[in-house]
Amino acid sequence: MSNVSTVAFSVFLFLFLLVTVLGFAASRWRRAQALDNLDEWGLGGRGFGTFIAWFLIGGDLYTAYTFVAVPALLYAGSAIGFFAVPYTIVVYPLIFLFLPRLWSVSHRHGYVTPADFVEGRYDSKPLALAVALTGILATMPYIALQLVGIEVVLQVMGIGTEDANWFVKDLPLFIAFAVLAAYTYSSGLRAPALIAFVKDALIYIVIAVAVIYLPTQLGGWDAIFDKVQESFATANETNADAIAAGQAAPKSAIPAPLLHWAYASLALGSALALFMYPHSVTAVLSTRDRSVIRRNAALLPAYSFLLGLLALLGFVAIAAGVQVTNPQQAVPQLFENEFPDWFAGVAFAAIVIGALVPAAIMSIAAANLWTRNIYKAYLNRDATHAQEAQQSKVASLLVKFGALLFVLFVSTTYALDLQLLGGVWILQTFPAIVVGLYSRWFHRWALLGGWAVGMVYGTLTAYGNPKIGLPDSHFGSPLNEFPFTETLVYIGFTALVLNLLVAVVGTLILRGLGVPSGEDRTSPEDYGADLGDQDVQAELTPETAAH
Amino acid sequence: MSARWVLITLLLAPAVVVPLLVPLYDSNDPELFGFPFYFWFQMACIPAAVVLTVIAFNLAKRDRAGTRAER
Repeated sequence: MSNVSTVAFSVFLFLFLLVTVLGFAASRWRRAQALDNLDEWGLGGRGFGTFIAWFLIGGDLYTAYTFVAVPALLYAGSAIGFFAVPYTIVVYPLIFLFLPRLWSVSHRHGYVTPADFVEGRYDSKPLALAVALTGILATMPYIALQLVGIEVVLQVMGIGTEDANWFVKDLPLFIAFAVLAAYTYSSGLRAPALIAFVKDALIYIVIAVAVIYLPTQLGGWDAIFDKVQESFATANETNADAIAAGQAAPKSAIPAPLLHWAYASLALGSALALFMYPHSVTAVLSTRDRSVIRRNAALLPAYSFLLGLLALLGFVAIAAGVQVTNPQQAVPQLFENEFPDWFAGVAFAAIVIGALVPAAIMSIAAANLWTRNIYKAYLNRDATHAQEAQQSKVASLLVKFGALLFVLFVSTTYALDLQLLGGVWILQTFPAIVVGLYSRWFHRWALLGGWAVGMVYGTLTAYGNPKIGLPDSHFGSPLNEFPFTETLVYIGFTALVLNLLVAVVGTLILRGLGVPSGEDRTSPEDYGADLGDQDVQAELTPETAAH
Repeated sequence: MSARWVLITLLLAPAVVVPLLVPLYDSNDPELFGFPFYFWFQMACIPAAVVLTVIAFNLAKRDRAGTRAER
């Protein structure tokens, strides 16, 4: 069964079991009276303080996204693969500018989710519902990316069987998934918060070794880049006919001029998307005062630097002669080939645990969105604390199950495409949320119309995009030609432009017709309020209603 | 928006715009420590963005203190 040594497997299994025990034991950690309310289950009873923002936002960058998805693109010679670096540069100044305003208005009005803010700002329940549903939907493919990360590690370890039956083939993945679901269900946010300590320790060790030790073994970065050039040139020569026929993509390390817009729009689109995901908003709103967010914006780029070096592990794998048909196995395979057995086990565990933690955090954030903005807003206005907690627990299971469906039924050749698909959706809430932080010019119904157009266009375009060489496949690429041009651009970006266009035209028409635009419950001073000002709550609790 | 916030926005603008200007850095040369220009330039943008963000942070903090004192 196994092509991996017993030592590596034992180390991996030991760490995995350790984390599982921690996950279940977490329900007793810093225990309050009971776990059966949303505050305890969904926000860990708070008390994580300032630190949580650094852990939750920063930690989200060190996931299967970093270890598996991004290096896979570079290994495969996709010229746009390195966009993750400009993405993680661009995102922090945007956070610096936008999010303190969201923090202020939320802490003055008791908003816990972006949907709460949208409802208060635009006096529109349908728009708030659209924002909440989008958050839940967009989280699923992001979790799916984590599951793919776990899957490829299991495959490299030889414990994902080659059985033709999809259930048997993915059985180890299902087991890991069930364990994750079970302890998230029983311990809530405490589980990933406690495991995060183990996760970060393991990941830092593996990163340090991988980006320092491996290049020295392979003759330095100079030699690595030379080998990559050589390998890409050979591949392009061998496949010259297929490339000319459009059956294969040419390999390159640097994007050709034709792909410049694709590269920039992927970076900008991902950056604009990141901080609208439910889990990022939860993290940001849980900080103590406005300056914590800004300080984090200056500290977090330290992560980006290591992310860049990790991305280059895709090239290191080429230079080390790693041969895998699934490019996502490149980095795990590199670890297996180059590391001593016991350390390969540590590295595998780091990737798997590094995928489990964010998967748990994301599913909890999406579940809170369900409970607060859909269940409590529509289905059961007088829900008890226990009922709310129960709803969130079940919703977190359903969100993870949705993610599993993405893994099984959407192309996972490049897991990064999953995250980008989530980005296409979450970006459509940008006009309502971010523009709404500055101006209330947009009409609520025009925003809803723009959102709908963006969602439909984005989803249909992504669905209709075949993989290169497979004309009947779907969701094969995050890029599409910008309307009326031949320039390839990130679908999410095009959809956002359309969305804004509809919102602007719609607003002009609706105003002309005199359709009521609703009451704005926020005031201009709310957006600059800080801790210590009148009515600013130090902590937001989902228990209190927004006002 | 106060003059200070205009300044802060202008200060942060390069950190958002420059990494997106691919034609600026899509070449192999000059290399640095074996890294093609394309790769080391983007990596170098990270500390540059941090410096700008730290300055912006201090400006924003003083702005805050200023408005408090005026009250």
